[in-house]
Amino acid sequence: MKRCSFVAALAAALVLMLSSLALAGEILVYTALEDDEIPVYLDIFKKSHPDIDVKIIRDSTGIVTAKLLAEKDNPQADVVWGTAATSLMLCDQAGMVEPYAPKYLDKVAANMRDSSKVPHWVGIKAWMTGFVTNTVEAERLKMPIPQSYADLIKPIYKGQLIMPNPASSGTGFLTVSAILQLMGEEKGWAYLDKLHENILRYTHSGSKPAKLAGAGEAVVGISFAYRGFMQKAKGEPVVTTFPKEGSGWDVEANALIKKKDIKPEAKAFLDWALSPEVMQAYGKVYPVTAYPSGNPVPDGYPKDPAAQMIKNDFNWAAKNRTRILKEWSARYDGKSDPK
Amino acid sequence: MAQANQAAGAALPAADTFDRELWLKRALILLVSAWLVAVVILPLIQLLSKSLFDNHGVFVGLANYVEYFTTPELRRSIGNSVFVSVTTTVISVTLGFLFAYALTRTCIPLKGAFRGLAMMPLFAPTLLNGIALIYLFGRKGLITRGFFGAIPGFDIGLYGSTGIIISEVIFTFPQAMLILSVALRMTDARLYEASQSMGASRLRTFLTVTLPGVKYGLISAIFVCFILAFTDFGAPKVVGGQYNILATDIYKQVIGQQNFTMGAVVSVVLLIPTVLAFVVDRIAQRRQVALIQAKSVPLTPKPDKQVDGFYLAYCSFISLLILAFFATAAYASLVKVWPYKLELGLWHYQFRGTGGGGYGAFFNSVRMACYSAVVGTAVTFFSAYLIEKSRGMRALRQTSYFLSILPLALPGLVIGLAYIFFFNAPGWTFGGITIPNPFNWLYATMGILVLSNIVHFYSVSFLTATTALKQLDKEFETVSESLGVPFHITFFRVTVPVCLPAILEIAMYYFVNSMATVSAVIFLYSADIPLASVAIANMDDAGDIAPACAMSMLVVLANVAVRLLYGLLTRKVNRRTQAWTRR
Repeated sequence: MKRCSFVAALAAALVLMLSSLALAGEILVYTALEDDEIPVYLDIFKKSHPDIDVKIIRDSTGIVTAKLLAEKDNPQADVVWGTAATSLMLCDQAGMVEPYAPKYLDKVAANMRDSSKVPHWVGIKAWMTGFVTNTVEAERLKMPIPQSYADLIKPIYKGQLIMPNPASSGTGFLTVSAILQLMGEEKGWAYLDKLHENILRYTHSGSKPAKLAGAGEAVVGISFAYRGFMQKAKGEPVVTTFPKEGSGWDVEANALIKKKDIKPEAKAFLDWALSPEVMQAYGKVYPVTAYPSGNPVPDGYPKDPAAQMIKNDFNWAAKNRTRILKEWSARYDGKSDPK
Repeated sequence: MAQANQAAGAALPAADTFDRELWLKRALILLVSAWLVAVVILPLIQLLSKSLFDNHGVFVGLANYVEYFTTPELRRSIGNSVFVSVTTTVISVTLGFLFAYALTRTCIPLKGAFRGLAMMPLFAPTLLNGIALIYLFGRKGLITRGFFGAIPGFDIGLYGSTGIIISEVIFTFPQAMLILSVALRMTDARLYEASQSMGASRLRTFLTVTLPGVKYGLISAIFVCFILAFTDFGAPKVVGGQYNILATDIYKQVIGQQNFTMGAVVSVVLLIPTVLAFVVDRIAQRRQVALIQAKSVPLTPKPDKQVDGFYLAYCSFISLLILAFFATAAYASLVKVWPYKLELGLWHYQFRGTGGGGYGAFFNSVRMACYSAVVGTAVTFFSAYLIEKSRGMRALRQTSYFLSILPLALPGLVIGLAYIFFFNAPGWTFGGITIPNPFNWLYATMGILVLSNIVHFYSVSFLTATTALKQLDKEFETVSESLGVPFHITFFRVTVPVCLPAILEIAMYYFVNSMATVSAVIFLYSADIPLASVAIANMDDAGDIAPACAMSMLVVLANVAVRLLYGLLTRKVNRRTQAWTRR
């Protein structure tokens, strides 16, 4: 009898311990956010959730997507954070996403979230195509700073452009997708054929073109705006411009991964990822956030950043992603150096 | 036989232990063979079988191979790989031969310094070869821009096959040089005297005496360079541009598209020529007859102003190139914004705002290299001892010997991929019976990283150990056996101390290579255990070339430090344990 009550007491103590530890666990987060943004945001998270240990796996959008899909039968990640909405839609189609309505959802703009009542994904901010041009090299080679997609196919830029491979890079994909949507498929592919003539090489990540332009390895990197501004802040001679036809863009979004045991810490992380504190940090460097961050438009962006973004059909992009990438790879991937 | 044993047992007081010893040794040899089968053969079988299934686990026969060979952009890589590796081999072996010749057959000064400098590339991850080349020959490279405009520069069009070939030559040159030095040292001066007295010209002597004498070394050097260049992916990843080769294809399929099946197919395609080269090399080595006989006279080079002058110039030139290469990398890692702000500082050594894991990754690599060195050396040396110094079980010992040198033919990428398949498998089903995988727990741990390194660098270590053990007379074992001394006592009191220089060399080899390798571990590391070499690859992917360069320099510094430590230790050890070799 005594023994029995001892066991009961032990069990009770254990339950107590476990429940007090409930938000002190460990979660695995997959993300495609930039390497230099992640620590800034995580510092904010640590302040409000000091007991949750966040493990981050960071890679380019295409790789995070491929990894998620490859692990479909035995998902590893608890949460996906800041990864292209078009990619999360693919995971959703594969049945990997658990719908979840995080705190602050009511504040989120309609075009920044999945339209289901309990959304499958919720955006945190938008990122858009930007051309990062090395001003020193452009001056030396007497090249104008490109202001539009039309500029990029001019012969003067031959061998001076670097662009991300859309199969691995989210930035690459949103740019290709924007060109196809703006010009229509037929004209779009014809444009990409011409662009290919000017491309020096395609990179694995969306940030590398900007960094290579900053180092003078190319004159223009087709990349995204944030990267260009960060390179400039570091002291590299670059200027970021936006195509006047409109920038391709995508939503960096979060989703909860469907698993046998969904951790409460995962939900706590998703709630936090939309909180005003971190939204304020997103807004310092990105002009378009899930809801107004209260920050002025960061330096260098157009006055009305929302107007710079094209009318983007995410459903079309997600549905056609595989086909577009296959076509793209067949056209440009295996081609040897154009030189 | 049993009777004879018993009879002997009756005569000797230590008969019981003797018998037990024999069985213990046999059990250990069996264990060594089993371990080699488990870590080399089974994963390879798993890899081969994976290439016959589709991504959903349905058996498709050769359909994946058909798909591979009908996809032009994948097929083209085979030709590209062969082209860069053959070109690399020709250049490396030629340069290496001249360098080795200078070190062994001429009277030039500073031989030690030349040798040390020529070996520098062995301490660096091959990714650094690519990165340093960008700083030299990239569009904003020192040479391309003529030292920031000081002198007229020229553009060699680095990205593509040119960049890959230069990187691979830097990578393989020391290997060719080392193998050929050994070959050139083993010769008989009498042959040269004969040739001279018969009035043969220099060229004729070279063609009829020198070349035939190093034939087998030359074959080895050619195959080693070919295999290394054919399977390396670090440098091509950095400077390959749009020039696809097999090794980068595996990486792109597996990491970029998570298409493990196609990764397995490309791995098998990559394995074919390396295994072929391995077999040809083995056959050639078997034919080798001893060049050195009891009557041989070692060749001592005679001074010759003209010849020495030429070789001194040549060695100085190559050494300067290597020095300049590393100096450029070191300089670039300290420059604030290449090539626009040339202030020097440690910005890129902070690894803030870059991926890869920073100093955590670096120290993980150091830990991994230490474990690989300690465990690897112990396992390799003991296995080599059992295979070399035991009696009986000939067939098993020969099989083990073959299994021990087989990893020489296995590229790191193939080992890494095979290990994912093998160690991540929950179990295997044969005819309705499911066997759970006993090694599954190793997956995504430090253990699997160490294991992959041990296997990756096993063969060379094993051969070093075997060579050292061969120099020890078998009498030691026979005598201690008949005296009833347990073999472990002989092993620790005689064998290990005598072989200590070789043991240290093996440990250093494991450490240095585990620090620098990226190919096997890039598939096996987990988010908990980032590694320095993988961090270099990831930072390069993200375009953070300067921090990638900084991390490479840290790896080089750690390796050079260990090499210096090894030099110090060897000197001490030689004084203490090798006194018997002197009179």
